[in-house]
Amino acid sequence: MGYYEKIARINLTTGEIKTQKLDVEIAKKFIGGRGLGTKILYDEGVATADPLSAENKLVYITGPLTGAAAPSTGRYMVVTKSPLTGMIACSNSGGIWGQKLKYAGWDAVIVEGEASEWTYITIEDDKIELHDAREYLGVKSEAVDEMLKAKHGDNASVLNIGPAGEKKVLLAAIMNDKDRAAGRSGVGAVMGSKKLKAIVVKATRTKLDVIADIDALKAATARSMELIRENGVTGSGLRAYGTAVLVNIINNIGSLPTKNWQESYYEQGEDISGETLAEKYLVKPSACARCPVACGRVVNINGKIAGGPEYEPLWAYGANCGNNDLNVINECNMLCNEYGLDAISTPCTIAAAMELYQRGAIKEEDCAGVPLEWGSTKALIEWTKRMGDPETELDWLMSSGSARLCEHFGMPEISMSVKKQEMPAYDARGVQGIGITYATSNRGGCHVRGYMISPEVLGLPTQLDRTVTNEKASWAKIFQDLTAVIDSMGHCLFTSFAMGAQEYTDLLNAATGTNHTAEDVLEIGDRIYNIERMFNKAAGMKPEDDKLPKRLIEEPITNGPSKGMVSQLPLTLPEYYEARGWVDAFPTDETLKKLGLDECVGK
Amino acid sequence: MIEVRLFATLREGRGKVMMLPAESFKNAGEIIAYLDIPPEEVSILLINGFHNKPESEVKDGDIVALFPPVGGG
Repeated sequence: MGYYEKIARINLTTGEIKTQKLDVEIAKKFIGGRGLGTKILYDEGVATADPLSAENKLVYITGPLTGAAAPSTGRYMVVTKSPLTGMIACSNSGGIWGQKLKYAGWDAVIVEGEASEWTYITIEDDKIELHDAREYLGVKSEAVDEMLKAKHGDNASVLNIGPAGEKKVLLAAIMNDKDRAAGRSGVGAVMGSKKLKAIVVKATRTKLDVIADIDALKAATARSMELIRENGVTGSGLRAYGTAVLVNIINNIGSLPTKNWQESYYEQGEDISGETLAEKYLVKPSACARCPVACGRVVNINGKIAGGPEYEPLWAYGANCGNNDLNVINECNMLCNEYGLDAISTPCTIAAAMELYQRGAIKEEDCAGVPLEWGSTKALIEWTKRMGDPETELDWLMSSGSARLCEHFGMPEISMSVKKQEMPAYDARGVQGIGITYATSNRGGCHVRGYMISPEVLGLPTQLDRTVTNEKASWAKIFQDLTAVIDSMGHCLFTSFAMGAQEYTDLLNAATGTNHTAEDVLEIGDRIYNIERMFNKAAGMKPEDDKLPKRLIEEPITNGPSKGMVSQLPLTLPEYYEARGWVDAFPTDETLKKLGLDECVGK
Repeated sequence: MIEVRLFATLREGRGKVMMLPAESFKNAGEIIAYLDIPPEEVSILLINGFHNKPESEVKDGDIVALFPPVGGG
């Protein structure tokens, strides 16, 4: 239970639509969502596919708790092979689309092949159909959402790609419900490569009716809700200021990367902070399906009411590009939503380009009238548009991410990325544990694959010293494993500010009828982390891919409170591998057997 | 002087930044009390960018930053 035991398999080459029974035993071993999606792709040999070919597959997948009457269960995931990293991609999004997919009775939808003409899919309970999407080509994401709703009814929820995905831009996101994004790792480009513009979902059900033990779920939910309400972060902090409140905290510890990580304290930090956003632009908070936290922002952008920026784009279009104009950040964030672009990697690539310009590698005459000068609001707006709908050679290079861009100009060290994906808004020189999770994240540079900021900066669940390396490797592993569980269940990661492994275990047991202990559940997380790693190994990952940019290891922070610090990753990485049971970045056969991953042994 | 920076809800009715005479305060807790902030409302206390406790000593030139419970990602 917790599953409808149904997977739709849609082949866009042949137009064939099949219903397949979910293997519940396998599902329980990997929970669902991120874990099960990766297991499916691993078993089907997708790791060796060209990411932008018909051989790659897209798995849109819910968890057993997606849509359940439990906290923040509006999540679904897109799992595929990333064209940006060449490794596993799992991008997670909220809104209401995932809940509708689940209520329509589907645990997952697998899209394979490649359509000959642009197509969109409708899912209405059991009925799945393919439609001609040519009239939506070139239309921006929010407008497509409105057009398809006008056609299929207000009770429909729309997922789609914008112009960036259509052009197979490697930073393309998949958008749903207008301003929610499965943002990272170029999942939108995979949709574009299949000529799939949108998926519209309608469901007759209004609740999840496959819960194994409803009374147990009610009890577990009551306990979790109490924790969420009592916790200052989830109970009131995120609703009042959104994730944007982090700007001032991270800047005040001197770990807010500035001008492409050349500095780590931004003098104008207050101008781009959550407090300023709330004071000048906030219309109201917004929430995904079944979420009591409401971290989302609705803002006024020059008279247009639209989704507002999270902490990450505030930083990336702000401090990281030397820009303190918050209104322009709002506008750029909206452009990312409209073009369907990753609102972290896009501005981080602009930041890298600005450093290339600073160093003379990109010249003014290369910039088609919009020089890449630090803090240029015109450059931020225009280059975002160009990256969302590239035409010139430099447009295309920029839209391919900072790793390819900087490699092209002979300065690969300027790219602040891991596994070719841009790192997020926390300088790993000032916060030692987060660097371990950046370096070892299976999907490349990322903060939601073990959010060590929680213990190292926010003091949740306990305060660790951000400057030391002691025990950080084992903390990183536990955070990575628990995150894999939360993602696979269908909960929002933000619930973990208040909830712990025991609460997730109780909810999972109630939904699926299992009898796990918290240790069992963390072992499932460990299993998921390991099968992702084995996917990457099959995809050609090398041990040297678990690294941080040289700047973080060799160049001490130049300003602010953390001046002089470097990442101690060379010390912590061997400790991390030991904690994982890995040698040279990969699990030993003994580790694989212990985790019940016999299918990976000897691979 | 000590520079005190307040954030998020702690600003309400108090302001963003203030300079206080160093000789009037032995530790950060005394500053929190002087500003009439209930101790449980302070979740993160930084002195010069590093986490500290209310009993941590303060001196001339320090920057004290106070945050209520906040988070994100």
